Amino acid sequence: MTNSTSTNHHGISVQVRGLKRDFGTQSVLKGIDLDVKPGEIFVLMGPSGSGKSVLLRHIIGLEKPDAGEILINGESIENDNVADKYRMAMVFQSGALLNSLTVGENVGLYLREHRLKSPEEIARIVAEKLEVVGLKDAEKKMPSELSGGMKKRVAIARALVIEPQLILYDEPTSELDPLSSIVIGEEILKLNERIGVTSLVVSHDRDLAFGIGHRIAVINEGQIAVMGTPDEVKRSDHPIVRNFIHADFKRAQ
Amino acid sequence: MFQNIGEMVLLFWRTLRALPQVWRQREKVFEQFFEIGNASLLMVAVLSFFIGGVLALQTGPTMVERGLTNFVSGLVGISMARELAPIMMAILIAGRIGSAMAAEIGSMRVYQEIDALRTMNINPVNYLVLPRLIAITFALPMLVTFAILVGWLGGAVVAKATPAIDIPIQSFFESMKIMIDLRDVANGVFKSWCFAWIIGIVSCHQVLVTRGGPRGIGRSVTKAVVNSIVLIVMFDYVLTRLLLE
Ligand SMILES: Nc1ncnc2c1ncn2[C@@H]1O[C@H](COP(=O)(O)OP(=O)(O)O)[C@@H](O)[C@H]1O
Ligand SMILES: [Mg+2]
Repeated sequence: MTNSTSTNHHGISVQVRGLKRDFGTQSVLKGIDLDVKPGEIFVLMGPSGSGKSVLLRHIIGLEKPDAGEILINGESIENDNVADKYRMAMVFQSGALLNSLTVGENVGLYLREHRLKSPEEIARIVAEKLEVVGLKDAEKKMPSELSGGMKKRVAIARALVIEPQLILYDEPTSELDPLSSIVIGEEILKLNERIGVTSLVVSHDRDLAFGIGHRIAVINEGQIAVMGTPDEVKRSDHPIVRNFIHADFKRAQ
Repeated sequence: MFQNIGEMVLLFWRTLRALPQVWRQREKVFEQFFEIGNASLLMVAVLSFFIGGVLALQTGPTMVERGLTNFVSGLVGISMARELAPIMMAILIAGRIGSAMAAEIGSMRVYQEIDALRTMNINPVNYLVLPRLIAITFALPMLVTFAILVGWLGGAVVAKATPAIDIPIQSFFESMKIMIDLRDVANGVFKSWCFAWIIGIVSCHQVLVTRGGPRGIGRSVTKAVVNSIVLIVMFDYVLTRLLLE
């Protein structure tokens, strides 16, 4: 990590080529191709169990594909130096906060472990990022004292501290009330506009997807069914996509 | 089983390679060290006092009857130092501390905390395994030294209080001093140092293997404790054999 954390404010691109992954006999990803452009907000939608989280775990390097490859700014993530060269962050579906640390310690963990800032500066940054996600009073709390939605917001603050060039959100609004969802959606937008971070958002929240996505892909059973601008996806006549996007409660008459 | 041993050797190697990082992690080492002491000091004292006592009780009357009064304390002292303190304390710590480590790290894996560390470019071996391993390799030998002393005291008290033995405390220790030298104690402490590595590696190995959600944690805790104990007893034989030469 040679360049200082504040100079490089350009998002990085992600390319996924022919990504395949099986778990045992179950084929979860069956050849995924997608391109996320630098600075883009790319939303990935799809029913539960379609492999969205597994795809994100591959992109951040937690899993190894059976076939295909992933390029970050044109470089294979197999290269050892990619993790050091680019700053990437993932907001896990469950938050994945360290339960033995306070909220503030969780948010400051990256800076502290990598010795990037002095303790005073870390404290200031932690307070600032917690304020961004509307949790400035929660700094001393333990994760077990937070609701699911609050945990997720702390996880977002923890990702912001990294000043990432690529940020992966796994269902950022799935446990939030509608108002908080809007706040998080606006936060994703603001962050993208302010520092040009590339954002890959997994969500089945249709309002969020069509509200913030520059482009949207719908994934179904390990394959991409439709990909395009929000309008293109809305107009798609792919049956599964239509079902997924236009599904609604039918009241019993 | 063999795959596990391979993974453990690998983890051991990765921890050794991380050793230069230990100074950075010193706060966590101290934290773990005091946690181990806190959790086990009283149990170690009680356990070793009674082990020393029961040794005197089992051997004392027979030896006194055959005119070997001077050898009672030596027997208690040597068995305590060379064998019983190291092995019993290692088993106790495997149950008390090894299980806690396995549970904590196993749940961190299941709840994706370890994944989160990896996405932040924080090496889980440096962050989690190293401090625990260093703390236990200091703590266990110290606890064993303490256990040897308390065990001797237990033997002395029981030897005095049992009418069929009835050795005054002072002469118990005087005749013990003749039979025991520092090598016996060093021997036991060295063994416990090796046992500490076993407990640490076997328990932290869960970083790599816990699967199957929260129920997997219970299984890996049990496995960590049982495997530690089996390995400790096997290594005990090997080390004793080597140290006899
Ligand atoms: N580590 C794993 N081992 C086995 N199967 C897995 C694993 N991770 C995910 N799967 C399976 O892969 C499929 C897709 O999971 P996931 O990506 O989490 O779905 P979602 O799109 O809801 O995020 C599911 O059927 C899940 O059971
Ligand atoms: Mg998911």
